[in-house]
Amino acid sequence: MRKILEVRNLSKIYGKGCPRCIESTGPEQETNMCPYCGSVVAIHDVSFDLHAGEILGLMGESGSGKSTVVKNLYFDQAPSDGVARFFEADAAHEMFQLNAAQQRRLRNQRFGMVYQNPHLGLNFGISSGGNIAERLLMSDVSHYGEIRARAKELLSRTEVLLSRMDESPAAFSGGMQQRVQIAKALATNPPLLYLDEVTTGLDLSVQARILDLILEIQQERNTAMIVVTHDLGVIRLLTGRALVMKYGRVIESGLTDQILEDPQHAYTQRLVASAL
Amino acid sequence: MKTPILKINGFAKHFTLHEQGKCIPSSHDVNLEVYPSELTALIGPTGAGKSSVLKGIYRTYLPSAGEILYRDRHGEVIDLATADEYRMLQLRHEEIGFVTQFLFCLPRQSTLDVVAHPLVARGESREVARDKAANMLAALNLPERLWSVSPATFSGGEKQRVNLARGLVAKPRLLLLDEPTASLDPVTAERVIGIIEDIKREGVAMLAIFHHPELTLRLGDRVVELTPPLAFADVQETNTQKFKPQEKVYA
Repeated sequence: MRKILEVRNLSKIYGKGCPRCIESTGPEQETNMCPYCGSVVAIHDVSFDLHAGEILGLMGESGSGKSTVVKNLYFDQAPSDGVARFFEADAAHEMFQLNAAQQRRLRNQRFGMVYQNPHLGLNFGISSGGNIAERLLMSDVSHYGEIRARAKELLSRTEVLLSRMDESPAAFSGGMQQRVQIAKALATNPPLLYLDEVTTGLDLSVQARILDLILEIQQERNTAMIVVTHDLGVIRLLTGRALVMKYGRVIESGLTDQILEDPQHAYTQRLVASAL
Repeated sequence: MKTPILKINGFAKHFTLHEQGKCIPSSHDVNLEVYPSELTALIGPTGAGKSSVLKGIYRTYLPSAGEILYRDRHGEVIDLATADEYRMLQLRHEEIGFVTQFLFCLPRQSTLDVVAHPLVARGESREVARDKAANMLAALNLPERLWSVSPATFSGGEKQRVNLARGLVAKPRLLLLDEPTASLDPVTAERVIGIIEDIKREGVAMLAIFHHPELTLRLGDRVVELTPPLAFADVQETNTQKFKPQEKVYA
């Protein structure tokens, strides 16, 4: 098993911060807002490894900082502190030391992101096929026929009707929009995919088919994934290991079946008990 | 002298329920050995913590005390109580199988794929894996008309056969069995016993929970009897101070 991502002591603070921010926030303090300076400690000291082909779950309630972790790793935001290393077969990248062009290259060619809100991941001003073309163009595929063929292949793989590929995603249902987002994220066949609450808000049968699709993709392409969700069912179905977050901190981590059957932390025990 | 594949010293498991402020004892002071081509039977009354021992070995439960020394196929000895998560995943994948009392599998998958899955995950081609799965399902007497549907709607006994088929087809080095014949009719139970004897001859080491003394005598090469935990209050006094939740938050 090859390690592809190593995250150490990742922190993100919104606001100017003060020396007392860290000690006065977190699960024990039951807040992530510093009472002295008003800064929000979105995440602090988050560390984990990810291996090729592995699906890691990030679970926790709203505001626990789980989305912030993937936003930092996808360069949507810059962290306040911490290190992330992305490993390729022949190179290792210090992700937060790279310049903007190098970060864009990783983002466009090596990572994929699927957001809960399709508006963040898709351009509604252009067609669904165009959305995929856009991503391919950014990764140096420029032959029109090739782009069109690849977009068709991806959309049919994610079960989007090809007869509708020239329509804007705005005309699609929520489930279809997520399929277009997944197709777009997969366009460059990235080794690492971030999935941020991708099935939240979809009806159950649509959720099931999206989750099946994600598992099939993981098996076909051996894509490593970080799955952010508050849904324990999604965690159980998709992930092998999981981190539990609360008020910006990782309070527990382990094998997924162990976290769900033998949770150690009081919060995780409450979370698991309320789901059953 | 034979070397054990698994040696457990002083294993204990208790659950600290923070919300209720309670400590629930399960297994305590478990010592046992499992050898290749042998079956160690785990017996004892309900509540003695037999399943907790199996779950502790598989690390579905975090052991509270003791060591679980497992000798891998390269001869290296690992303490499963403290092995890192990736090591555990690798061993589950390649060497240690677990047939639990209840079937958990991916929904919406055909029974054949569910049973073939451990083989596919190990790199067997889908066709070969499905062939082997089909043979095992036939050997366990599961009607062929059920093979192409998901086990979700199966009866208890049918689900147990799917669960057993999945565990047995993979022929792991160490197989953990939690009451493998509990909800089977006598004919099917007899077939399961036959298959257990076969894979034992092929070298598989097994640790199994049995309730029937007769089955224990027939299949068990060694028998380990667990006793129910100490009275609740005693355990709370002696163990809660010792027990510390996992402090490590690295993954």
